[in-house]
Amino acid sequence: MTIFDDELIALKEKVLKLGLMVETAIRDSVNALVERDSELAREVIKRDHLVNALDVSIDEECVRLIALRQPMARDLRLITTAMKITTDLERMGDLAVNIAERALELNEEPQLKPFENIPKMAAITQSMVRDALDAFVAGCSRLPYEVIKKDDEVDNLNVRNFNELLSLMLQDPKIIPLAVKRTYIAKYLERIADHATNIAEMIIYMCKGKMIRHTEITDEP
Amino acid sequence: MVEKNALFEIRNFSIHYGDFLAVKNVTVNIEAHKITAIIGPSGCGKSTLLRALNRMNDLIVTAWVEGEALFHEVNIYHKDADVIELRKRVGMVFQKPNPFPNSVYENVAYGPKIRGIKKKSRLDEIVENALVRADLWKEVKDKLNESGMSLSGGQMQRLCIARSLAQEPEVLLFDEPTSALDPISTANIENLLQELQKTVTIVIVTHNMQQAARISKYTAFMYLGELVEFGDTDTIFVNPRNKLTEEYITGRFG
Repeated sequence: MTIFDDELIALKEKVLKLGLMVETAIRDSVNALVERDSELAREVIKRDHLVNALDVSIDEECVRLIALRQPMARDLRLITTAMKITTDLERMGDLAVNIAERALELNEEPQLKPFENIPKMAAITQSMVRDALDAFVAGCSRLPYEVIKKDDEVDNLNVRNFNELLSLMLQDPKIIPLAVKRTYIAKYLERIADHATNIAEMIIYMCKGKMIRHTEITDEP
Repeated sequence: MVEKNALFEIRNFSIHYGDFLAVKNVTVNIEAHKITAIIGPSGCGKSTLLRALNRMNDLIVTAWVEGEALFHEVNIYHKDADVIELRKRVGMVFQKPNPFPNSVYENVAYGPKIRGIKKKSRLDEIVENALVRADLWKEVKDKLNESGMSLSGGQMQRLCIARSLAQEPEVLLFDEPTSALDPISTANIENLLQELQKTVTIVIVTHNMQQAARISKYTAFMYLGELVEFGDTDTIFVNPRNKLTEEYITGRFG
């Protein structure tokens, strides 16, 4: 083990910590909505600056390692992947804040109907984030490909949620302000899943040295 | 990959020093007008392979080879091969700058004079041309009669390159050409090599992996006499195929 190896382990741990913070933010923001817990929503919003600070700190560490260690091959791919996926994680954190903000607004109003699609989307999205980060730390496996596949489920739930709310809005235009906010929240989750997909694609790059972004490749060759 | 424009075609080539097998059954092509770098730990056979390309190993009594080393499709180890002619066409620059203890001018004019060029104006022309190509002319044009040994390390190395260029070689072999130089002189030589590849094919042995990454188009990684991996430098340094190559270039060897 060299000092550089220790530094790479520390970098991975930092990325993992960021991932955990974001995963928690997603979970809490949706719980704040479903359980009408505005205190929890405010907490998610308050905690976001920690996500931002860790994102910046990881970026700085990556730049330092590139400058001082001149990484090659798998080390280079690991560090560039860390830089890219922290950007995705930070955006996911912002989207969790958006969910919490909508939750605060909706919690002030009577509930339209119990939530069905959104908790399902949140559960799948959280598992995507977790699996993507497990793949980042544990090394190369089929896991990132599974993450990419799950994105379709989230997309489909988003479409279903939108169509259901649309028909409710057509029946009763008075509910439009509440229903539109629900479509926003589903859209936020759909975008979180997209970011998780980006992470999975970068991990495939990290493992195989091959960029599959913007290609039709969805499975292991 | 390099089939089309292969200047050297090395086929199942082995080099022995007595009983010791220094280079084992190497097959590789060297593409014309490109820089090919050979990397690997000390004792891996990279310098031995480099020296085989202009038969410098002939100077070692115990050295003998197997297989073929084709230059322009002709085996340079054929019994009728003209070694003097080969070394004129395939020049070499060494680790430590080694100018002759003579003037800058005479260092560069030495080869052409041996070749029988006597006319002063023709020699002047060759010397200037070689010094310009070696990016040294501006620095030495007013001290052509001073000793080559009085120059700085980086200048001496460029003088040695000029001395080789005066022979109008097709290929230049470099054995660790910058390992005795400071970073600025190193950068000068690296820039020079990239410029020279337009007219000369370059093969360079280097311990400095970043140097290989910076300047070469192709990289060969050797270990224990074997060619472990050969490919585009981009591939070798970003996504090598072989585990051993990866261990070496990420500094986790042994």
